[in-house]
Amino acid sequence: MAEKEIVLDVQNLKQYFKSGVGKNKVVVKAVDDVSFQVAKGETFGLVGESGCGKTTTGRTIIRLYKPTSGEIYFNGELISGKLDKEQKRRVHQGIQMIFQDPISSLDPRMTIKEIVGEGLLINKAVKNEEELYARVLKMIKLVGLSEDHLSRYPHEFSGGQRQRIGIARVLATNPSLIIADEPISALDVSIQAQILNLLNDLKREMGLTILFIAHNLSVVKYFCDYIGVMNKGKLVERGTPEEIYENPVHPYTRALLSAIPSPDPDLEKWRGYEVYDPSVHDYSVEKPTMQLVSGSHYVYLSDSEMKTYLNR
Amino acid sequence: MSAEVNQKEKVLEVKDLTVSFNTLAGKVQAVRGVSFDLYKGETLAIVGESGSGKSVSVKSLMGILPQNATIEKGTAMFKGRDLLKQTEKEWEKTRAREVAMIFQDPLSSLNPIKKIGLQISEIFTVLHKMPKKAAKEKSLELMRSVGIPEPEKRFNQYPFHFSGGMRQRIVIAIALASNPDILICDEPTTALDVTVQAQVLSLIGEQQRERQVSTIFITHDLGVVAHVADRVAVMYAGKVVEYGTAEDVFYDPRHPYTWSLMASMPDMDLDQDEKLVALHGTPPNMLVPPPGDAFSERNPWALKVDFEKEPPMFKISDTHYAATWLLHPSAPKVEMPHVLARRIQKSLERKEAKARG
Repeated sequence: MAEKEIVLDVQNLKQYFKSGVGKNKVVVKAVDDVSFQVAKGETFGLVGESGCGKTTTGRTIIRLYKPTSGEIYFNGELISGKLDKEQKRRVHQGIQMIFQDPISSLDPRMTIKEIVGEGLLINKAVKNEEELYARVLKMIKLVGLSEDHLSRYPHEFSGGQRQRIGIARVLATNPSLIIADEPISALDVSIQAQILNLLNDLKREMGLTILFIAHNLSVVKYFCDYIGVMNKGKLVERGTPEEIYENPVHPYTRALLSAIPSPDPDLEKWRGYEVYDPSVHDYSVEKPTMQLVSGSHYVYLSDSEMKTYLNR
Repeated sequence: MSAEVNQKEKVLEVKDLTVSFNTLAGKVQAVRGVSFDLYKGETLAIVGESGSGKSVSVKSLMGILPQNATIEKGTAMFKGRDLLKQTEKEWEKTRAREVAMIFQDPLSSLNPIKKIGLQISEIFTVLHKMPKKAAKEKSLELMRSVGIPEPEKRFNQYPFHFSGGMRQRIVIAIALASNPDILICDEPTTALDVTVQAQVLSLIGEQQRERQVSTIFITHDLGVVAHVADRVAVMYAGKVVEYGTAEDVFYDPRHPYTWSLMASMPDMDLDQDEKLVALHGTPPNMLVPPPGDAFSERNPWALKVDFEKEPPMFKISDTHYAATWLLHPSAPKVEMPHVLARRIQKSLERKEAKARG
């Protein structure tokens, strides 16, 4: 990874949420010491179950939350602290987000042209009305919609089409990093494949850099160049899809992989699943660290656990 | 295999079920002539996209269709009587005792301001007229059997104290409390995480085998179908387009919609540079169902006749049926997507290797 151009570099990111006062005070460690890098033109997939902190990670990167500690570098520039106006503009233009719910993420009172063009106007990326129209039209065609859709409102579209609009809006400002937070999980099965194919084509044609947040492991394996598995705010394992799927080391990753039902009745019929029991880790004496397995495959375990799991 | 299956006792026989909704825009034909059989102790999985009519079909079997729905025709024979013609009074005796249902969202199917224990023991006190103390004992036993740790403490807690998986366990406990003959599961694991889904599926399977309850399982996840189903009905636009045993449908799918459904999701063997087989367009508007095959608009293998005439159910084997003109003797030969063919090939090889030992 050394020669590659790093677009996003997350180092020891922590995001704690506090609630209550006095003895009722609760601290939720939503993201706890997470580090990873995304290189230009690559897709990094964050997988995990609900509540594991994957969405919080995405939102902290896009500066929706102020991180508790840790640094985020975007194109080599530190973006996690206080920024001046010019820096903020660069971040907002450079990082765009595709949301899960295509209904609530589009303003119902704006036409498609206004939605897709809004980012361009705010960032003053276009000089005049003609240029704006041409650019919006280009984007909308790129995602498989047509010119007569431009004057319509979001409620006139189906879920799949709305997600296409969301993608067009994101692409309009030509961002160097796209954060896709569960972009297909709110859609119907046959529409999911359409959107996944579209994202895949765009990724190849435009060389997009994507942080892909999802819970579906087979989708992540198909779509991503690198994968990070998250559990309870920690990144427990990361590597290429082959490394993770062929040789899962962390017990949580193994349980997660075992839980995917495969469309093969003979193999699947009432088989047992591997269960993850967090109490197998005894970290009172020995602290876990991110350890190298092979190549780019890392796992978060203590030294003695590494020995046991690797010899399995 | 098929002879053995045929000897099983038929619990429910649904024939030509047709349901429509009266809306301001007109009559929506949600279910258009659905037929299937449910055998004792077996699981029938109904697969399809949202809007394909799978939920509406089973809701009519529970007598819980919304006010604006009408059952146009059809029968659902259960213990010698037609469920579709039951009055509300008769339904009160049928529901919970004979037919029970588990819904997708366990939070909205539990009463948020009533203690979990009361919601479970209610079945015993109200339905079976048991004294309170005995009902509590029964409830605790039931909670233990569905894997709730510390049932004595949990008995006095409210639904919001429970996690999604635990809530679904409670709902399963309530549904099974009075030993129904038929259990209907409407996407019971869709709202859950994969590892929790695995636990809940194992629980449903365990309980089902123990009690020999016949199950109708609705889902859109084919992996889940493979896990639970003995028989599969694939629905599209209010019709069953393919029907057969799990082996029939997974290893020898014949309907192009089944092909697309199976090939549209990446599996573990799919390479990154292979394209997914995506259906273009969206399901048809059921206010005005298209003439001919409802799937023809989106069907890359559509024949001319598909746009004009509705295909009948063609028989492939004693247990396997599909409604597509491609099965007509004079239809051209077409191949299923190669991604799917490869997956089936792999599965069959694995199965053979296993059989050889």
